[in-house]
Amino acid sequence: MKFLASTISIALLAFSLGLFLPWWSIAISAFLVPIFIPIAPWKAFLSGFLALFFFWGLMTYIISFRNGFLFTHKISLLILKADNPMLLIILTAFLGALVAGFASLSGSLTKRVFKN
Amino acid sequence: MRMLFLTISVAVTIALIVILDSKKVLPAPLGKLLSPQEGLWQNAEPNDIDFGGNLNFPELKGKGDVYFDERLVPHIFAKDDNDAYFIQGYLHARFRLWQMEFQTYAAAGRVSEIVGEKGLNYDRTMRRMGMVYGGERALAMMEEDVTTKASMDAYTAGVNAYIATVNSSNLPVEYNLLGYTPEKWTNLKSALFYKAMTNDLAGFDTDFEFTNALRLLGEEKFKILYPDVQDSLSPIIPKGTQFYANTTIPVAPSNADSVYFHRKDSIWYTQQFKPNPSNGSNNWALSGSKTKSGKPILCNDPHLSITLPSIWYEMQINTPNFNVYGVSFPGILGVMIGFNDNIAFGFTNAGRDMKDYYEITFRDKSRLSYWFNNQWKNSNIRIEHIAIKDQKEVLDTVAYSVFGPVMYDESFPDKLKTKKAYALRWIAHDPSNALKMWYLLNRAKTYNDYLEAIKYFNAPAQNMLFASKDGDIALWQQGTFPLRWQDQGKFVMPGSDSSYMWQGFIPQQDNPHIINPIQGYISSANQRPVDSTYPYFIPGRYDMYRGISINRRLSSITAATPDDMKKLQNDTYNVLAETAVPILLKNVNQLLLNADERKYVKILSNWNFYSDINEKGPTIFTHWLDSLRQYVFQDDLLKNDLPISLPVRYTLVENLLKDSAFSFIDNSNTTKVETLSDAVTISLKKCTKQLVQLEKENKLTWGNYKNTTLYHLLRTATMPFAKEHLPVGGGENIINATTHDHGPSWKMIVQLTTPTEAYGVFPGGQSGNPGSKYYDNFASTWAAGKYYKLWMMQSSEVKDKRIQSTLHFSK
Repeated sequence: MKFLASTISIALLAFSLGLFLPWWSIAISAFLVPIFIPIAPWKAFLSGFLALFFFWGLMTYIISFRNGFLFTHKISLLILKADNPMLLIILTAFLGALVAGFASLSGSLTKRVFKN
Repeated sequence: MRMLFLTISVAVTIALIVILDSKKVLPAPLGKLLSPQEGLWQNAEPNDIDFGGNLNFPELKGKGDVYFDERLVPHIFAKDDNDAYFIQGYLHARFRLWQMEFQTYAAAGRVSEIVGEKGLNYDRTMRRMGMVYGGERALAMMEEDVTTKASMDAYTAGVNAYIATVNSSNLPVEYNLLGYTPEKWTNLKSALFYKAMTNDLAGFDTDFEFTNALRLLGEEKFKILYPDVQDSLSPIIPKGTQFYANTTIPVAPSNADSVYFHRKDSIWYTQQFKPNPSNGSNNWALSGSKTKSGKPILCNDPHLSITLPSIWYEMQINTPNFNVYGVSFPGILGVMIGFNDNIAFGFTNAGRDMKDYYEITFRDKSRLSYWFNNQWKNSNIRIEHIAIKDQKEVLDTVAYSVFGPVMYDESFPDKLKTKKAYALRWIAHDPSNALKMWYLLNRAKTYNDYLEAIKYFNAPAQNMLFASKDGDIALWQQGTFPLRWQDQGKFVMPGSDSSYMWQGFIPQQDNPHIINPIQGYISSANQRPVDSTYPYFIPGRYDMYRGISINRRLSSITAATPDDMKKLQNDTYNVLAETAVPILLKNVNQLLLNADERKYVKILSNWNFYSDINEKGPTIFTHWLDSLRQYVFQDDLLKNDLPISLPVRYTLVENLLKDSAFSFIDNSNTTKVETLSDAVTISLKKCTKQLVQLEKENKLTWGNYKNTTLYHLLRTATMPFAKEHLPVGGGENIINATTHDHGPSWKMIVQLTTPTEAYGVFPGGQSGNPGSKYYDNFASTWAAGKYYKLWMMQSSEVKDKRIQSTLHFSK
């Protein structure tokens, strides 16, 4: 239950901060949430990872879908040198997830260090 | 232990952020690019986007409404003229911000700010050419005119009103990829855009190449290879027209023979970043006597680089004072090519030489003074500050002489072979209120209004075509043209003697013009405007065959309809081939050919001279003729590394028609005396290898060979934003002038009936965003030779089903 609450909180907070802060604010959200909702470090990593994987993945998918994947084709060719929209979406989601995962792990470990 | 884990974890997080926030992978940080909340993803425009809404700006005087139709063409209805220009500026920025800013950066020599040091040579070229100087001089004159200034101010305010709303989620994708953000728009930027057009259309020069060729060939041979007037010319003003000169024709200075025509030295410089020599256009008008409706029809297709985002933005502007429809240039106000409720107007390039070079002798390295009229004269020093991305700025000192900027000197270009210096005299440096012409033309109702309007225009000289509902058709070749003595400015002139300066300008009323001719039509296609009886010396870079094709068709046409005009604009018949192929076939020695060569000759002999996509003839013909041109001229002209331009195709063909023993045919590097038959046969053999290779790659058919492509403005760096393999025929010297990356950038047909019946199309779309479905949605229609019916919307039609969204502007 805590895991789910943590994951949803990270995603929501990341979205809110993203409205007025640069992209790396996802790390702030992922770092802060495990301080207020303490969970085991490995769970925290997974929670941050999944939160951003789904948030960025879903958001990019919806954006692409509404655009008929027109631009996703072009950008995947430009950045990945391959016409593979899904790969670009997964890559985007993965990069966000990786940053958030480690930030969340850091948050959880911080909580433990300072509890003692 | 926990502390160690924590340190590692924090370190990894920070490292990830630093890497993704760095500019190592692309010029912009990857994290920022891929974040769906701010980066590239935000450029993926929803297909059902609504462009409507309500906007308030204190700069406006009243209300304005913009109705977007299903092609995203805005129909602006405003109560106040300047409000209309404000809205035009806003819309240009809303849909084309990156393009308009990038083009003005390029014109101002500021590309290095965006791409770094690799842009430096280009930037120095633009600065030393005096692009900014010219822009400033033009702006000063425009701002002296109360009307021009007020409309420019309104336009600029509109652009800036949009720029103020730009944030990371609506920033055009190119800024994201290149890693910079827009700056404020200014009136100077509009002037710079106008200078960029002037450079594209009146910036091509061959003075250095001609000077070298003259020295190599001598006067007599030079005149054969670079003639002033061609035999087959079909001029804009029909042959037989009487011309008068309202001024004295200047004569050459007394020492011209020794210091000008027989100079001894060669020139190692050549123009860098030459404008595309194919920049040109077709336009023609039929009077009512030639049309089915009994009313004039005006047609225009300007040939420019067919890039994405398109150079044109289509729109209608309606105020109580005027109502105009057509295409505009994102970057300047008004409608450039189009029609209003009374008239239609279109342009082709005059192609006349407006650029001369003078050799300058500086007193010393400081370049502070130069020898002029037997004394040292002070130069004006302009220091150019060129900012470079991630590096220290570069300072470039340019000396200005009485002629203009000393473009080439010891410091530029880098590869210096002599210590010579050359100043540039260019019409683009003269003050100009050219935007006023379009301001007036958009409002013109009669021929006299048009005549009044075009007098404001000095450069780049254009063939300005006019047709009205009154039934008039007319064309003026308008510009400010230097009054030259015979051959003045073809070659580099001495800069130490004021008698070599331009001696004033041709009186405007003597500019070539034609009004309601008996023949019932007027056309122009970048050919020489007049035959040799015109009293002034008018060098230039002219086309010839398109004019012949058009006039041939128009002279025989009767009861013409807009559909006939569509066919004519898309006509792929090649008059150059019609003239040259018989020479090739007649002279080729079949006995000496191998199987491949015989096959190509056979294909060519079966070709009907239409350069259509499935034909192989045009590919073979182009290679063969160019191979022959190389064969004939290379040995005479390319003797060392000196910059020289080979004579154009029509010069070769015209000479071969006249004289099959044309003396240049002989290869001067062999002891044998080659005949035309030898030359034609050898040149076929020389290009066969290439043709065989093309055939292997399935590129022998014209469409595959040509591969018409709409490149994104960043060319090969952004190929996913380009549109390749468009199936379009035509090519150089052909009415449908579509080449690999150049051609009819807007095709328009206007029949001046009531109501006006007009058609148009351009290769691209209204949006500059590669993530929008409106980015290139016209491309296939354009490629198929089809058109959209142009809708001059009435204020009573606000409920029309064609309107997709409405944007309301108010105070």
